[in-house]
Amino acid sequence: MSLAALTIHQAGEKLRRREITSVELTAAVFQRIDQTDDRIRAYITLAKEAALEQARRADQQLMRNEMASPLLGIPLALKDNFLTRGLRTTCASKILGDFIPPYDATTVQKLRHAGAVFSGKTNLDEFAMGSSAENSAFFPTRNPWNLQRIPGGSSGGSAAAVAADECIAALGTDTGGSIRQPAACCGVVGLKPTYGRVSRYGIIAFASSMDQVGPLTKDVRDAALLLEAIAGHDPADSTSASRPVPKYSEVLNREVKGLRVGVPKEYFVPGMQPLVAKATRDAIRSLANQGAQIEDVGLPYTEYAVAVYYIVATAEASSNLARYDGMRYGYRAKANDLNETYRISRDEGFGAEVKRRIMLGTYALSAGYYDAYYLKAQKVRTLIKRDFDEAFKRCDVIVTPTAPTTAFKLGEKIQDPLQMYLSDIYTISINLAGLPALSLPCGFDGDGLPIGMQIIGKPFDEATILRVAHAYEQATEWHMKKPRIEDG
Amino acid sequence: MDDGASLSTIAGFPLSVSKMKYEPVIGLEVHAQLLTESKIFCGCSTEFGREPNHNTCPVCTGFPGVLPVLNKKVVEFAIKAGLATHCDIAGSSVLARKNYFYPDLPKGYQISQYERPICVDGHIDVEMDGAVKRVRLTRIHIEEDAGKNIHDAHTDASLVDLNRAGVPLLEIVSEPDLRSREEAGAYLRTLRAILQYLGVCDGNMEEGSFRCDANVSVRPQGSETLGTKIEIKNLNSFRAVESALKYEIERQIETLSGGGLLVQETRLWDEHREETRSMRSKESAHDYRYFPDPDLLPLTIDEHWIAEIRAALPELPASRRARFTAAYALPAYDAELLTSRKDVADYFEEAVKIHANPKALSNWIVGDLFRELKARRLDEQLSITNWPVTAERLAQLVQMIDQEKISGKIAKTVFDAMLDSDQSPQHIVSAKGLEQVSDSGSIEASVDQVLAANPKQVAQYRSGNEKVFGFLVGQIMKVTQGKANPQKVNEILREKLSAGA
Repeated sequence: MSLAALTIHQAGEKLRRREITSVELTAAVFQRIDQTDDRIRAYITLAKEAALEQARRADQQLMRNEMASPLLGIPLALKDNFLTRGLRTTCASKILGDFIPPYDATTVQKLRHAGAVFSGKTNLDEFAMGSSAENSAFFPTRNPWNLQRIPGGSSGGSAAAVAADECIAALGTDTGGSIRQPAACCGVVGLKPTYGRVSRYGIIAFASSMDQVGPLTKDVRDAALLLEAIAGHDPADSTSASRPVPKYSEVLNREVKGLRVGVPKEYFVPGMQPLVAKATRDAIRSLANQGAQIEDVGLPYTEYAVAVYYIVATAEASSNLARYDGMRYGYRAKANDLNETYRISRDEGFGAEVKRRIMLGTYALSAGYYDAYYLKAQKVRTLIKRDFDEAFKRCDVIVTPTAPTTAFKLGEKIQDPLQMYLSDIYTISINLAGLPALSLPCGFDGDGLPIGMQIIGKPFDEATILRVAHAYEQATEWHMKKPRIEDG
Repeated sequence: MDDGASLSTIAGFPLSVSKMKYEPVIGLEVHAQLLTESKIFCGCSTEFGREPNHNTCPVCTGFPGVLPVLNKKVVEFAIKAGLATHCDIAGSSVLARKNYFYPDLPKGYQISQYERPICVDGHIDVEMDGAVKRVRLTRIHIEEDAGKNIHDAHTDASLVDLNRAGVPLLEIVSEPDLRSREEAGAYLRTLRAILQYLGVCDGNMEEGSFRCDANVSVRPQGSETLGTKIEIKNLNSFRAVESALKYEIERQIETLSGGGLLVQETRLWDEHREETRSMRSKESAHDYRYFPDPDLLPLTIDEHWIAEIRAALPELPASRRARFTAAYALPAYDAELLTSRKDVADYFEEAVKIHANPKALSNWIVGDLFRELKARRLDEQLSITNWPVTAERLAQLVQMIDQEKISGKIAKTVFDAMLDSDQSPQHIVSAKGLEQVSDSGSIEASVDQVLAANPKQVAQYRSGNEKVFGFLVGQIMKVTQGKANPQKVNEILREKLSAGA
C-alpha cells in the first residue's frame, strides 16, 4: 500500500516513530498525483517544490522531536478559495487571473505553525457556487469511484483528492453543503463546523453569514485532529467565537449508549434515491444497536430552506463579489472608459452560474424588493433556526441522509440550475441555522457509488457529532473501502 | 401635490407668483473625519499627507478574503458626539453595506449605517444675533471614508490613492430646521466647535476633515409643505456653504417666480464659476441596496460605557460661553469669540488666573493674538500648542499696562518683540528702555521744550482754539519717544498753558 493512502493519525504515528520521513510521505503523495490526477483533475495548482521544502523542515523538527503536533509533516490539500501567501489562488475563476495572495488565511497560518505540508490547491465550483465542481472556469473534477460521475461540490477537488489518496487530508469550505455533499459523493468524511467555530479570514467570501471552513478526511479521527488545529477565536474575524476549543480527538471513544438520535421525517421524502434512504435508516439502526435512543423529530420549515438560501446567499454574494472590478488585482478587460471596464471585465471574468447568482442577489436587495425577498427570507431563516432549537430539546444529534442521490453524471444537471440546487436540500438548512454537521460513508448504491449520512449537532457541539460518527465508523467498514481508479 | 406642481398651474399669472415671498428650508449633512490613530476596520494609520497608498493593507484595499474589525475608539467618539448633541444612544446598532461601484471604493461597497444608527434624535442650540435657535439632529452614524481619485492631466489615466479609504467618519444629519444661509453657517460653526471641544475632529474644511452637503428647498412664506429638495455637494469651506446656499436659494426662487418647475436632483457647487450645476437627477439616482453587513455583529453599547463617556465629557462651548459672560463680565461678543475654540478659551483662563483683567486680556486675544494665529495658520490646528506668545507673558504685559509701567501704545511694540522670543515683557521693556515716564520733573522739562518750540500754536490755544491741544500732546510724546505717561502729560500741559495765559 502506498504511503499516500495513510490517514493523518496513521502517518503521524509512523513519522513520530521515524519509520518514515515527511519527505517520503510527501513524495508518495506526489507520485500518486502523477499516477491519477490526469484523470481525476482534483488540483488546479500543485506546489511540489514548496511542499518538499516544508517536508524537509518538518523532518528536521521530527528529528529534534521539537514539536509533537499531529499535523507535523502531513501533506494536506487546500481548496483554491483559501488565500495562500505567494501561491496562486484562483477560486476557479478567470476573474482572479493569476492572483498571488499577499497574505495567508488564518487557517493556513495555523496549519503552517502546526508544521503541515501543502500539496496544492484543489478545484471547486467557481466562487464555491455549485454542487458538482463543473462550474470551475478551468475543468471539471471527476469522481474517483466512477470517472463519468461528478465528485460533488463545491469542494469537489478536495473530496476527490482525499478519496483518490492524492493527499492525506484536505480542507474545504461549506456554505450550503459544499463540504458534506462532495464528502458523500466521494465516500470520505466531511465536517462543517458551527458558524464561528473556525476563522473565515482569508477565505474568499461567498455568503458571509454561512461560509465555514472544515476538514475532508479519510476517517473521523482525522476530522477531529484537523478541526482541533484550525478551530478557535480569530481577532481578525469578528464573527468567530471566543469559546475554548475542546480536544475533539480525546472524546471519540466515548460510547453512544443513552444518546438521543433525532430522525426528521421531512428528510425522507418520495423522490429520493431509495437506497440512500435505506442506507441511512440502516445506519440509524446500527446506532440504536449500540444503545442510542431514536427519536422522531419534526423540522417543518425544511421545505422553505432552498428558497431562503438562494435569496440570502445570493444577496451576500452580489455584494461580496463587487470587489472584482478589474481595478486593483485580477482580470481586467481592455475597454474605453470606466463603466465599460467594469462591465466587460466582469462579463468576461465571471462564469454563467456566478453571474446568475449576482443578478439574483442584486434583485433581492433592490429598492422595492428588499422587504419581499431579503427581509422575508431572513424571517423564515429565524423560523428554520427555531425548528432546530425545538428539535434539539428532544435529541442530542439529528441523523439524515447527506444528499438525496449518490453522485450524478457529469453534464446531467449543469443545464438545469434548479435541479442542481436541489442536491443541497439536506445540507442547506444547517448553514442557515449555523449548526455543525458531518457527513460520513454509510454504504454504496447499486452502481458502487458511495452513500453519505449526515449527523447534525447542537451549536458548538462538534464533540458529540464526532463521537457518534466515530462509534458508527468503528461498527462498519465503509471507510476502509478505496476506489479503484479506472484508466482514462 | 407639491408646491412645484401647484405653482406650475398658476404659471400663467406671473403677477401673483412674483409677488409671493419665499422661505428657504435647509438641512445639512456633515461628514466629520475622526481623529483616531488607526482606520475604522484595520490597523492602518490615518495620518494625513503620506505618499499615495502608503497607509494601506489588504483590508482597506479590499483584497479577497479580508474581514473588517471595528475600531472601538470610533464608537466611543460617536457616543461622545451623540451625548454632546443631546442624542439618544442606541443600545444596539447595526453596520450596513452601501453598494456602488467606484474606483476609490475598493470593496464595491461602503460600510456605513442605515437602519439603527448609533445616535438619533438630538439637537444643537445655535446662537445668532443674541437669539438661540434649536436645530434638531436626525441622526449621527459611523462609516468609512473612500479613497481619492486623482485625474492626471498628463496621461489619459486616473490614479487612485487609498490612504483615506477606511478613515472613520461621523455623518451628522440635521432636520430641515435652518431658514437662511446665515443660520446654516452658524449651525456649522457651532457643530464644529462642539466636535473640536470633544477632540474627535479637527474641523478642517479645506483639508476635507469636515465636509458638508446641503439639502435646500424653498416654499411660499407661511406654507407648511416642503418644496422640491435639491442636494448640493462639494462645499468645502464655510464661504462655499454660504455662497452656494445664496446662489441656490436665488436660483430656486427665480425659477419658481418665472413659473418654472424644479426637479429633485443633486447639484455640484462650482467655486470658480460661483454657481451650482446639475449632477444627477432622482431618476438616475443610485439604488444602494443597503443591507446589514454579515461580517460585523450587531453593535451592543452598554449603559455603563455610555455613563463613563458622559462623565468624562469636557465643558462644551455653550456652557463655557455662559460662564464667561457671568464670571468674567465679558460682553457676549467676546465670550463667543473666546469660546469658539477650546484652546483659546483655555488660554484666556490661564491668563486671567495670572492677571485678573478679563476684558483687557480678551481685547488682546481677539485682536493682536488672533491676527498672529491667522498669519501663522495656527488657527488651522485642532489644538494650538506652540502659541506665539504664552498666556503667562500676555498676562504680564497687560499687568504692566495696568500698573502704568508702560503705555498701551508701547505695549504693542513689546507684544511684537515677544513673538517667538524667549523674553518676558519686563525684560524687553527694560532692555529697550521703554518704561513709562511718570516723573513730573522730566515731563515738565519736555513740555517746556515743546511750548518754546511752538509759540504760534501756544498763542492759538490761548486765544480759544483748543484743537491745537492734541497737536501739542503729540509733540510731547514724540519728544519723550512715547514713554511719557499720557495722563501726566495732559495735566502738566493744561496747567502750563492756563498759567501762562
